[in-house]
Amino acid sequence: MSKPTPRRFRAIVIGVSTGGVQALQTLLSELPQDFPLPLLIVQHISPDADDGLVRLLGARCTLRVKEADEQDETLPGTVYLAPPNYHLLVESDGRLALSADAPVSYARPSIDVLFESAADAFGPALIGVVLTGANFDGSRGLARIKRQGGIAIVQDPADAEAPQMPQAALAATAVDQVLSLANIAGMLCTLAGEHATPTKETVVHA
Amino acid sequence: MGEDIANLEIRLLLEGVHQVYGYDFRDYAEASIRRRLTHWLAESGFETFSEAQSRLLRDRAVFESLLAGITVNVTEMFRDPAFFRIVREQVVPFLRTYPFVKIWHAGCATGEEAYSMAILLEEEGLGGRYRMYATDINEAVLQKAGEGVIPITEMQRFTRNYQKSGGKSSFADYYTARYDRAIVAPELRKNIVFAPHNLATDAEFGEMHMVLCRNVMIYFKAALKERCLKLFDTSLLPGGFLCLGLKETLENRKLGERYEELAPSSRIYRKRYV
Repeated sequence: MSKPTPRRFRAIVIGVSTGGVQALQTLLSELPQDFPLPLLIVQHISPDADDGLVRLLGARCTLRVKEADEQDETLPGTVYLAPPNYHLLVESDGRLALSADAPVSYARPSIDVLFESAADAFGPALIGVVLTGANFDGSRGLARIKRQGGIAIVQDPADAEAPQMPQAALAATAVDQVLSLANIAGMLCTLAGEHATPTKETVVHA
Repeated sequence: MGEDIANLEIRLLLEGVHQVYGYDFRDYAEASIRRRLTHWLAESGFETFSEAQSRLLRDRAVFESLLAGITVNVTEMFRDPAFFRIVREQVVPFLRTYPFVKIWHAGCATGEEAYSMAILLEEEGLGGRYRMYATDINEAVLQKAGEGVIPITEMQRFTRNYQKSGGKSSFADYYTARYDRAIVAPELRKNIVFAPHNLATDAEFGEMHMVLCRNVMIYFKAALKERCLKLFDTSLLPGGFLCLGLKETLENRKLGERYEELAPSSRIYRKRYV
């Protein structure tokens, strides 16, 4: 039996603001339970929000949905939502971290903070997705993901409830895919199924 | 791979800082310290961490600016109002049974949370019967904390937090507005001692009835977290309270079994008597 070649990607990060609750329900409900990557999500949310969003999304999709805790190991088929009033970051070993540092562009959690640290941790093995939103958070982070060799996907502004955030992302970097929300899940499944180019060192077990 | 080099540079920088100045940031969680260092570098005028390193190790003023930049924690008045409500309703009744209460507020930053606790204790009739030791690694923020100056732009949010926390008075009674800032009332300051303390290297300094350390250990790696918890445990009297941030827990911690959470998800832990 040969050892499977590792997957090309290790994680997906998603940033979303105005219109996000609806958009996330649509997107996540189309991903299968055995989706092979973890999904780390920043949805802009009030500092005193409760766990309503976690429960809502958990009920609407087959993936496991949880609020991110520090030191969480990121598991396939699991959605990690940034907690209200904290930034979500990724450590170099792929574990999650939280911070109570000042809001960035008025947001805590901030999409840029997640995207930038994830880009540094995962390099080319990261997919970044910017969805609907009425501000410009996420555009710096998406540019960092591209600089590190990752893939950038942006919701088509014409398809977004609030087009500003997708537009800002498109202006900030050379985006790989501009898709309507209905087509993003399919693209994520395709990319998540890809394997790294096999190398000569691939170990073959007897 | 430019970014991998930045990681290496940061490791070397923290090693140099430790050897020359004795401050140990090697056990700080990487993602956040990297973010803060990157921010400091952008303001410093140096191109790279390597370039900064040679000046940093020779010029104490450069080190002081780095120290100020990477140890600034952000606090607010009555952050997590529900937490303060539980302190008011479920912790204060225990504190009232002591003739005098000692509280350690570790990582107090600019002091907003220490002043919040002082307001609460005054309203609950503990005025004159408590002392709060509010400590931080960063002496520049301690200076600010001691002056009791709060940015006035935040006052609306702080007032809302105060009301939600079960505040019994008018929040405006506790500060004087002057131009662009507010100064907290002197009677709130008189029972608070602001002092430098480094959780990575310093020891405990007395028996406490309550230890607050909220959203400070989230910046530390496991070994340093464990060190802090041991410090707090040694400081706390049996029956004392350990208050952590809402995303911090004693679950799966060595000393977890000696503590009981006061209310589910409150992150207020009471030390058992046995």
